[in-house]
Amino acid sequence: MDWINSIIQGILVGGLYALFAAGLSLIFGVMRLVNIAHGDLIILSAFLGLTVSSSLNLHPFASLIVVLPIMGFFGYLLQRGILNKTLGNDILPPLLVTFGLSVIIQNGLMELYTADPQKMNAGNIEVASLSLPGGLNIGWFPLLMFIISIIIIGILQFIFYKTALGRAFRATSDDQEIAQLMGLNKNHIYGLAMAISMIVVAIAGIFLGIRTSFDPAAGPSRLIFGFEAVIIGGLGNLWGTLIGGIILGVSQNIGAKINPGWQLLAGHIAFLVVLAIRPKGLFHRVDG
Amino acid sequence: MHKKILETKNLNAFYGDFQALFEVSIDLFEGEIISIIGANGAGKSTFMKAVTGLLAKVENDINLKGRSIKNLRADEIARKGIAMVPEGRKLFPSLSVEENLLIGGQINRIGPWNLTSIYKLFPDLYEKKNMPSNLLSGGQQQMAAIGRALMSNPEIILFDEISLGLAPIIIKKIYQNLPDVIKDGMSAIVVEQDISKAIEISNRVYCLQEGKIALSGHSNKLTREEISKAYFGM
Repeated sequence: MDWINSIIQGILVGGLYALFAAGLSLIFGVMRLVNIAHGDLIILSAFLGLTVSSSLNLHPFASLIVVLPIMGFFGYLLQRGILNKTLGNDILPPLLVTFGLSVIIQNGLMELYTADPQKMNAGNIEVASLSLPGGLNIGWFPLLMFIISIIIIGILQFIFYKTALGRAFRATSDDQEIAQLMGLNKNHIYGLAMAISMIVVAIAGIFLGIRTSFDPAAGPSRLIFGFEAVIIGGLGNLWGTLIGGIILGVSQNIGAKINPGWQLLAGHIAFLVVLAIRPKGLFHRVDG
Repeated sequence: MHKKILETKNLNAFYGDFQALFEVSIDLFEGEIISIIGANGAGKSTFMKAVTGLLAKVENDINLKGRSIKNLRADEIARKGIAMVPEGRKLFPSLSVEENLLIGGQINRIGPWNLTSIYKLFPDLYEKKNMPSNLLSGGQQQMAAIGRALMSNPEIILFDEISLGLAPIIIKKIYQNLPDVIKDGMSAIVVEQDISKAIEISNRVYCLQEGKIALSGHSNKLTREEISKAYFGM
């Protein structure tokens, strides 16, 4: 039963990993930008949520009302002000600039909040659980996190494949020169993609900040989880990313069950195994 | 055929330090079709890129209805009513046929073209509207690319090498459709390797040679000898 329990916990936390990954996958898909600062932006959102909820005395979930628009707007400005200028035939400039951004965010957070771990308090929901027959216990919070992750990935999928904005994303991703000839302003489109990515980051950051303690240096490992989930699932496939997150979460929990020190290692091993067997991921999008 | 809709004045265009066009002055009047011919590397596609705003460096002016568009971005120029059917079709492979058309239509200019009228013109596309665009045959892809450009209800439509890589029978079919495409006062610039096709459909011809205009005139007044001299430079 313990094993089943850990697998279920792994599945649920996989939803959060998929959220880490979805924003990363979206901007890579639209503009081939690998955002090294992605994990730090998740942590930045968590700190922002902490400040908002403690200063306005709001529940962490309610802080999203403030954090979501701030991060979305910040994403748009970041893209239009800085990142668009780095995009071109050379893949190095965006990597270097987002790496620099990562360093700036980490040190800025360190200055403002010190290196002490912080945590957001979401009240009873954190400990409340659902008892299932057979001695299984599912926490309400992980369950809620998982369901919301699925909903968000569903929304992203809908935006990408069923709306005019998604059409513009896909067209720009296919051929940005021709997309411009169709009247699409790629700088604006890229800005919107980053805004959406940052909105997902904000949600992920708040969940992360409730689930575990975080500190200014916690970003890079979240970036790694995000990357691994994207690669396991297959680039450009959002549902694949969810499965990738789940595989990562389950492997980590099984690893932890065998030996508490193996938690992260087991996740990385699962990632390497998938990479070795299917370098393009389990659900690589098939297209021309 | 009276008002000048597009003109370039002594246009110079560059790829980095390499100059590809030298003092190219081309006029296009309302409702007119001009063709630009020339050998490979003569600067035909460069001219199209310059007009549509895809070239970073152009000198001297490009005017649309008397207003300079030289410093506008490609998407802004498209919104002003210049649409392009690019060389090699260049449909968006991850979009369905209909989505490709809708991308062309998102500029939202007013005019006769919409999904219904495009499907009426090209019934083949209607049957395949939900297919990924890269599964169409070459001819159907060309129809979709023409449809996509029309969806923006442009005032000027540019055709870059529409017969390239297509079977002669398909080329014939597409050219038969062109009069229906270029109507309602729309103007067109056709870049074409096939000289006789170019002369047949256009009112006037410009012949480019090594980035310069070697010859221009009314299509029915130019002789074969003049054209081949301008084309090959001998």
